Amino acid sequence: MKEGKKQTANPFDMPQKKMGWCPGCGNYRILDALKGALHESGIDRRELVIVSGIGQAAKTPQYVNANMFNGLHGRALPAALGVKLARPDLVVVAESGDGCMYGEGGNHFLHAIRRNADITVIVHNNMVYGLTKGQASPTSMVGMTTPVQVEGVMLEPFNPLAVALSLGAPFVARASAGDGDQTKDIFKQALAFKGVSVVDVFQPCVVFNKLNTYKWFSEHTFYLDSSHDVTDRTQAIRISLDSERLALGVLYRHEGRETYEELLGAEPAALGEQRLADDELQEVINSFR
Amino acid sequence: MLHQDDISLVFGGAAGQGIQTIADALVTVLKNNGYAVFSCQEFMSRVRGGSNSSQIRITSERRNAYVRKIDLLFVLDAEALDHLRWRIGEGTTIFAEHDQLGEEDRGRVIDTPLKEFAQKAGHPVYTNSVAVGAVLGVLGLGLEEFNDYLSREFESKGEEVVGRNHDAARLGYEFGVKSAREHHIDITLPTAAEDPASLLLDGTSGLGIGALMAGCGVVSSYPMSPSTGLLTFLAARGRRFGIVVDQAEDEIAAVNAALGASYAGARSLVTTSGGGFALMSEGVSLAGVTELPLVIHIGQRPGPATGLPTRTEQGDLNLALHAGHGDFCRVLLAPGTPAQAIKLMQRAFDIAESYQVPVFVLTDQFMLDSVSMLGDEEIVRLPLQRRVVKTGSDYERYRFTDDGISPRGVPGYGEGIVKVDSHEHDESGHLTENFTIRRKMVGKRLQRLGSLEQEAVPPERIGSDDAAALVVCWGSTRGVVEEALDILQDDNIAALHFSQVFPLHTGLGGMLEGKQVIVLENNATGQFADLLHAVTGRQADRRILKATGEPFAVEEVVEALKGGVAS
Ligand SMILES: Cc1ncc(C[n+]2csc(CCOP(=O)(O)OP(=O)(O)O)c2C)c(N)n1
Ligand code: SF4
Ligand SMILES: [Mg+2]
Repeated sequence: MKEGKKQTANPFDMPQKKMGWCPGCGNYRILDALKGALHESGIDRRELVIVSGIGQAAKTPQYVNANMFNGLHGRALPAALGVKLARPDLVVVAESGDGCMYGEGGNHFLHAIRRNADITVIVHNNMVYGLTKGQASPTSMVGMTTPVQVEGVMLEPFNPLAVALSLGAPFVARASAGDGDQTKDIFKQALAFKGVSVVDVFQPCVVFNKLNTYKWFSEHTFYLDSSHDVTDRTQAIRISLDSERLALGVLYRHEGRETYEELLGAEPAALGEQRLADDELQEVINSFR
Repeated sequence: MLHQDDISLVFGGAAGQGIQTIADALVTVLKNNGYAVFSCQEFMSRVRGGSNSSQIRITSERRNAYVRKIDLLFVLDAEALDHLRWRIGEGTTIFAEHDQLGEEDRGRVIDTPLKEFAQKAGHPVYTNSVAVGAVLGVLGLGLEEFNDYLSREFESKGEEVVGRNHDAARLGYEFGVKSAREHHIDITLPTAAEDPASLLLDGTSGLGIGALMAGCGVVSSYPMSPSTGLLTFLAARGRRFGIVVDQAEDEIAAVNAALGASYAGARSLVTTSGGGFALMSEGVSLAGVTELPLVIHIGQRPGPATGLPTRTEQGDLNLALHAGHGDFCRVLLAPGTPAQAIKLMQRAFDIAESYQVPVFVLTDQFMLDSVSMLGDEEIVRLPLQRRVVKTGSDYERYRFTDDGISPRGVPGYGEGIVKVDSHEHDESGHLTENFTIRRKMVGKRLQRLGSLEQEAVPPERIGSDDAAALVVCWGSTRGVVEEALDILQDDNIAALHFSQVFPLHTGLGGMLEGKQVIVLENNATGQFADLLHAVTGRQADRRILKATGEPFAVEEVVEALKGGVAS
């Protein structure tokens, strides 16, 4: 099923929608980059499911004209996995904030990577809990004061890229919301990749994170250039560990691994008439004689 | 000796000693000889050692309950004897190797050198075959069925292994025949009137067969006794039946994955026990607000917390009833027999899909692990009707309808898009804080409760309509209540067994009117009695409760009911 293509309009747009984000929030730019990437990738919006958790970032699929599973805080990844297991024919994106993916859903993050289902994981990393008004997130910088961390954040930040790489994630990238074109390009690569692809996106929260601003991100980041060998995992891990100069772009990609749904032999669920193998059922019953 | 209608054989030993293998073989061989049999197990939460036991009953009618009495006891070590000592009565004949026992017990026990015979047959691994042979000898049955059984079981291991097992069985058998003669063990078995082609089914396999029949497509779960058997049943058959089996990283992942799969169009299932289910609560609420079908099997075991991991209890009714924040509808089913498990599992999937609600199937360790007999005519197959619609381009997932149930579309099936949302949402599935829509959505989600009540499985009456007293039970206690009533032969006591515990059937109030109500349940407070009171306004006149971790024994139910309502 192909939708009539109007040349200019993006079928993923929902122009009439009232947005729940603050003016100037980095989420707008991520949303634009995502819709651009989806459109340019030729994905049919009826065959795409965006699964999200809860948080400001997790509202993203509310503003995309495509199938949506806006589930629970922290639980985007298992729900996305369920969609993929039932319908390996669908394109599945799991998208949420840093608190949702790395905090509440941290265990799922580990195991989603180990499973390697064909899911594109996009994390809006604003280094803060936006929706709940500015508490520390797992990626907040040491010293950032918040209404809870009144003496400043004491814990070292979680390093999602290093964790993903060490778990053997076959596609690991970092983007920055301020850079629309590059972010769109990274999303396109992630969407085209078969297997789990992890994209951490730096996202300024203009209300609750006064430390990691658009300016801060542009001063502390650089794009990997063509000299970077994306197949070199050790090098990618080394880059991911550098907390002074933060690399952007695709750190690592490794093609060809079988996906979880392939290993399980998952087939698209029967939706209309469902036929059961009567002989085999009888065989099962007979085994109890 | 009074061994007429009801023989109880018990095998006691440590985990890993093979008592389960002995019981499995024997129950099949007895069934193949035409006897009505039942078996159940109790075991400790350890992989090796400890003290476990298996009971096999040979009865004049098909039974589905545990009895305390033991006619023939085979113990493999002294600890097993201690473990079972409280059940040993005057009529109990005990077999054990004297070497294993203390001096004081030897006089009471028939020396049974199983290992020595096994060694004679070639190796100690043949001990189990010796044991089964010995039992058959004591019971005065032939060895043919068992020899056939061994030939089938060990076919793949070659003729030599089969032959040695046959030798072991014969040595045990000769010993059994001789012991019966020397010790005047005089057993009259009930008539062998059963069709040897009948089925022997445990509760777990009943649920599994039901799930296969229902076209279950995805199961995501995290192992936890006693619910894991359903996961392994489906895993063993997943490829053949197109069921995707995912071992989740935790129960929270399991329920969310199952809901993702349900959203995408598969019939999905989670299987867990109380502690694991507690972690799923938020997911149940998500099923409620998203109106996604989901079947949740809870194999109950005694809590709180880790409790008694391998024991039995009906203590999670309140948990299943109330889990999940906010108001929404749910259905709770509680099969009492393997045949009911087959049927109700199918019903669970069907109700979940037609009403777009979470449906619970509540069982317990006793029900899951007990093996009972049934005929093919008891296996009911319900029509498998999927209720997914192909979407049009203007499709909205939560369209208001007369009955509150919106046609269910799934992604990638039709021209529309499908948005589901854990937030309160409008008809299109987008989050909203509009109070008018909120009011309508709350009503929409609750409206179906009326039809669910009307469609509820009515309780099954056991015994006379006119009885003055009604024993109310649910789930796994069906068999023990039925048998106790048969023994009491008192026209004034009948029973009502509930295989659906929520919502309760609309006609229920009438059934209790003018009756003395005795609620029997395997928990400490009477959770179902409280529910009955809340729904019908009717207080139980008496509660018979047990929360030791063991199932009710027929004897104690008989004893308790003899007192009638008053005691
Ligand atoms: C189980 C649960 N716990 C807590 C919350 C409250 N909560 C909602 S969003 C959120 C954190 C959001 O942070 P993040 O995921 O980084 O998203 P952001 O708003 O920053 O985009 C919290 C704690 C919740 N909704 N559910
Ligand atoms: S609170 Fe921060 S993250 Fe949330 S919308 Fe506002 S700026 Fe964006
Ligand atoms: Mg955040």
